[in-house]
Amino acid sequence: MRRLLVLLTVAACTALTIVLALAVLQAAGSAVVSDLPQQLAASLGRSGVEHPTTAVLLNFRSYDTLLEIGVLVIAGMSGISLASTRSLEDPALRSSDVLLYALQRWFVPLMLLLAAYLLWAGSHRPGGAFQAGAVLAATGVLMRLGGLPMAFIRPGVLLRLGLVLGFAVFLLVAIASVLAGKAFLAYPPGMAGGLILAIETVLTLSIGMILLALFVAAPISAEHEPEEGGES
Amino acid sequence: MSWLLDGLLIVSLLVTAVAALLSRDLFRAVVMFMAFGLLMALAWVRLQAPDIALAEAAIGAGLTGVLLLDAVSHFQRGRLREQPPGEEG
Repeated sequence: MRRLLVLLTVAACTALTIVLALAVLQAAGSAVVSDLPQQLAASLGRSGVEHPTTAVLLNFRSYDTLLEIGVLVIAGMSGISLASTRSLEDPALRSSDVLLYALQRWFVPLMLLLAAYLLWAGSHRPGGAFQAGAVLAATGVLMRLGGLPMAFIRPGVLLRLGLVLGFAVFLLVAIASVLAGKAFLAYPPGMAGGLILAIETVLTLSIGMILLALFVAAPISAEHEPEEGGES
Repeated sequence: MSWLLDGLLIVSLLVTAVAALLSRDLFRAVVMFMAFGLLMALAWVRLQAPDIALAEAAIGAGLTGVLLLDAVSHFQRGRLREQPPGEEG
């Protein structure tokens, strides 16, 4: 019975892979009808940024990005509410690894600098809020593993504010543009560059905190956690 | 020259993916997954998508790898506590 089930699953996966490969081949073979790159290049000047990816993510398709941030906020909140420890920043967990501590003194400032650079670079070259936020979260993970104190990660007003800040500011801009009598999330001309940079800055902070909260909220001490659900 | 690089990349991607899926040792599977993430970032660079490559390297290989390593250590600690050692693992 079990063997049959495995066989069926393998067959289904193989069939899906073949169908996907056929679809990709077909798409590659047919002539490209839409000229999205040309459309993008033509209207890049009005987007407020110079990098096409950022222009798409934060201006032409900013609705998608707004929803993505919403999903991330929900995921972060669920992660925190699943945490079985009361304090998310437990001094008993601090390791006293000398090597990690020494590494950290060099890496944490460098990584913070890198996150800031990625955020700034997003307007004219590869980079942007998601990448900068991920680097920020990685810095937080390193700080936590090395035992640096992080008061802001305790459950409280500061943590909640940090989690929803990016989403809130993004939504505020969207609603303000509606109230001003334009389309949802249509930036006023001339202000697009500044608004995008402001939104990306708060998004970076929020994404970093959400990812870090997901890591920190994982159950830590063996005494507090419930049973661990058998073999994988 | 470039097709050689791409071919090597594809082969190593497939090998690390299969190794991550089939490995009995969870720790080894996680390490294979992280190697897969880094190779995937290279593949994105080859596909001229540096934005996705950055995100893949930071989130796919870095943060997810750390989370998975954390989960593996929890599994092993739980196993040590609940089951006598020497059982199938």
